[in-house]
Amino acid sequence: MYLIEAKRTLAENVNEYVIAAPAAARNAKPGQFVILRVDAEGERVPFTICDINRTLGTVTILVQTVGATTAKLAELGAGDGIADFVGPLGNPTDLTGYDKVMLVGGGIGGAVIYPQAKYLASVGKPATVVLGARNESLLMYEREMSNFASALHIMTDDGSKGGKGFVTDKVRELLGKEKYDVVMAVGPLMMMKAVCDVTREFGVHTIVSMNSVMVDGTGMCGCCRVTVGGERKYACVDGPEFDGHLVDFDEARLRAGFYKEQEAEHMCRIRGGKK
Amino acid sequence: MAITPRNKTREAAPEVRAHNFEEVNAGFDAETAAKEAARCLNCKNPMCRKGCPVGINIPAFIAKIKEGDIDGAAAVIKRDNNLPSICGRVCPQETQCENNCILKKNGSVAIGALERFAGDHAIANKTPTVSPVRNGYRAAVVGSGPAGLSCGADLAKAGFDVTVFEAFHEPGGVLVYGIPEFRLPKSIVKAEINTLKELGVRIETNVVIGKTFTLDDLKEDYDYIFLGTGAGLPMFMNIKGEGLNGVCSANEFLTRVNLMKAMKKDSATPVQRAHNVIVVGAGNVAMDAARTALRLGAEKVTIVYRRSRDEMPARREEIHHAEEEGIELRLLTNPVEVLGKDHVEGVRCIKMELGDPDERGRRRPVPIAGSEFEIPCDQLIMALGTSPNPIIKNSAPELETTSRGTIVVDEEGLTSMERVYCGGDAATGAATVILAMSAGKRAARAIIADAEKKKN
Ligand SMILES: Cc1cc2nc3c(=O)[nH]c(=O)nc-3n(C[C@H](O)[C@H](O)[C@H](O)COP(=O)(O)OP(=O)(O)OC[C@H]3O[C@@H](n4cnc5c(N)ncnc54)[C@H](O)[C@@H]3O)c2cc1C
Ligand SMILES: Cc1cc2nc3c(=O)[nH]c(=O)nc-3n(C[C@H](O)[C@H](O)[C@H](O)COP(=O)(O)OP(=O)(O)OC[C@H]3O[C@@H](n4cnc5c(N)ncnc54)[C@H](O)[C@@H]3O)c2cc1C
Ligand code: SF4
Ligand code: SF4
Ligand code: FES
Repeated sequence: MYLIEAKRTLAENVNEYVIAAPAAARNAKPGQFVILRVDAEGERVPFTICDINRTLGTVTILVQTVGATTAKLAELGAGDGIADFVGPLGNPTDLTGYDKVMLVGGGIGGAVIYPQAKYLASVGKPATVVLGARNESLLMYEREMSNFASALHIMTDDGSKGGKGFVTDKVRELLGKEKYDVVMAVGPLMMMKAVCDVTREFGVHTIVSMNSVMVDGTGMCGCCRVTVGGERKYACVDGPEFDGHLVDFDEARLRAGFYKEQEAEHMCRIRGGKK
Repeated sequence: MAITPRNKTREAAPEVRAHNFEEVNAGFDAETAAKEAARCLNCKNPMCRKGCPVGINIPAFIAKIKEGDIDGAAAVIKRDNNLPSICGRVCPQETQCENNCILKKNGSVAIGALERFAGDHAIANKTPTVSPVRNGYRAAVVGSGPAGLSCGADLAKAGFDVTVFEAFHEPGGVLVYGIPEFRLPKSIVKAEINTLKELGVRIETNVVIGKTFTLDDLKEDYDYIFLGTGAGLPMFMNIKGEGLNGVCSANEFLTRVNLMKAMKKDSATPVQRAHNVIVVGAGNVAMDAARTALRLGAEKVTIVYRRSRDEMPARREEIHHAEEEGIELRLLTNPVEVLGKDHVEGVRCIKMELGDPDERGRRRPVPIAGSEFEIPCDQLIMALGTSPNPIIKNSAPELETTSRGTIVVDEEGLTSMERVYCGGDAATGAATVILAMSAGKRAARAIIADAEKKKN
């Protein structure tokens, strides 16, 4: 059992969990993820590590409720335990060697780039951060981020906070004004693809984090495979981060939806018939 | 003396078993086991023993069964094989011990089934194992497949303080995530793992060595390390369309069903239940995937293999069982493209013929120009082989590996790193349970010898 030490609701359907997992906390680095099972009958699902406290032996994750497992998790709170929690998995982000970095987070991706922002500030190269969400109430980690970013730009679809429009509008504006060494974009597949289309025009190297469907997370099932530059890569052991200009996003989008129907059915059974 | 025919094990009828996950082969009952044991000639120079990769004293254990001393039989086997219930079920007996039996012409003695009988008896009538006196050494075993389990057991019996680290949430390796319930009931694997626990072995699941802890971390805390991390990384064909939905590796499919229990209707883990399934490959993994697809409700399952029946690497028994259950074999056929828009709709194949032998003496399959044709399907499962995953290698650059990703070991199982041993699929590439088990045992012997040397 892994104890949930604290839980915070950050936005509608988004919860932050601080989980006691000293072994995972010890070697974890920004960009890596964990796989958890809520209970003994549960599915294995991956979540990015958003924060690490080595002294307390905790790992923070941010979970958006989208289906059965995340719904079950949403019912748990501080003091409850989850059955399995394994990590850190995947490769850490490598932002060494870049001086001027832009971090772009869409939706829950905003929290995922938080450890990167923190790391860059700690090495004296604070990043420019662009956060996007549908509306103000879905914005996450804004305050936390402002402590570490050299500049923080907010974009909402409806203009309820910051600029009105998509993160890509802001990315284009910023790239037009100044030269960046690298852009790192994390969020829904469509958003990462759109950011890559913009950065490609400017010839700026772009890192994306692929959230493929996974089972083991150790390179054993091949379920997480993505095509990068025409080659087959496993997101769990070769990634999760890849050169966004080389990723086949259309294939990735197709694969992400594969189990949708079955998952929806399972969710429906759990909720006693309500879809 | 006339030789009686080989006794058959009990088997569920194909039309019944093809729709459930219960064990297909129910083994011998006591009476048949005694009858079968009586067939053994107790040869002075037993050829059978030479066919067994671990050299079990086969006539001796069969003699014990004849005497009715089944526990004694199990004890004889366990000198060389920690996992008789498992090997008796999944060992390729027909090409190993039984292939060498002097009675082969009249039907070899059913050595595997007798071994299983003795092993199962030992599990059912087990007296609690006493935890041995500790010798002061600490050993870490990485991976809980047959290699890790047998290495851990032997080290614990010798007094080592043993911890097994397993990446998954459940120990057992391929025995729990790969080989299906209908061939190897998970209760048998559980029993073996319980024996390990009784010996005082700690099993830490949810730990990935190379990620959660590095080999260097382990070297600080443990005197010896054994790597039994297997060869799980699946291969694909690198043909067009493999990224389509409905295409998966046999490992993904089997893991979802076996480990994650997706065969249960209310399982949290989804799995595709297809109507018309194609499995590419002809090893045990392919047979398991095909028969599992059938049990999930497929109306038609076809195995596509580029060579001929003689080259099929699966056990004869498994091929026979698969065909009995209605699985179709399309031999000398190779996929060249996966067809479909979003989801797989079929496979374009090419006919093959056998050409000159390759370096291993197997005749090389050669495509017949212009022979392309299409087979429709709504699921395509790739069972083309596996190689070790790169996690440990990437985290420990000083660990010597081959171009195939396997870990280099000497004849005792020692790697290029001091105090780090390895065995099983991680060292050999995908092989068999009995070879993995014996590699675990061999490394345990080397570790025990080294520890004794250090003490003196
Ligand atoms: C490396 C990695 C890191 C991730 N990090 C985070 C994170 O920090 N926070 C977070 O909330 N989620 C993250 N995800 C996504 C998360 O794993 C899924 O949301 C979760 O598996 C859904 O499980 P479920 O049973 O609740 O939903 P399901 O019922 O399994 O799925 C519900 C719907 O979500 C979609 N979905 C399923 N799996 C994924 C997926 N892997 N990615 C995107 N959509 C999916 C499907 O289209 C499905 O219709 C990450 C995924 C990966 C691979
Ligand atoms: C479907 C299928 C059917 C088969 N049928 C047969 C058969 O009928 N007869 C036969 O003899 N053989 C069969 N085999 C082959 C046999 O199962 C393997 O050769 C054998 O299991 C290898 O044992 P192992 O201990 O080396 O590795 P595995 O059984 O693969 O175990 C390795 C374990 O290590 C864990 N691990 C990996 N990396 C790490 C890490 N970094 N940290 C922690 N843990 C890690 C894995 O999760 C796994 O549990 C079959 C294999 C498959 C896949
Ligand atoms: S371990 Fe395998 S090869 Fe050896 S005797 Fe048993 S079944 Fe035969
Ligand atoms: S070769 Fe056959 S008959 Fe002879 S000892 Fe072995 S099993 Fe018995
Ligand atoms: S999740 Fe299984 S190989 Fe990546």
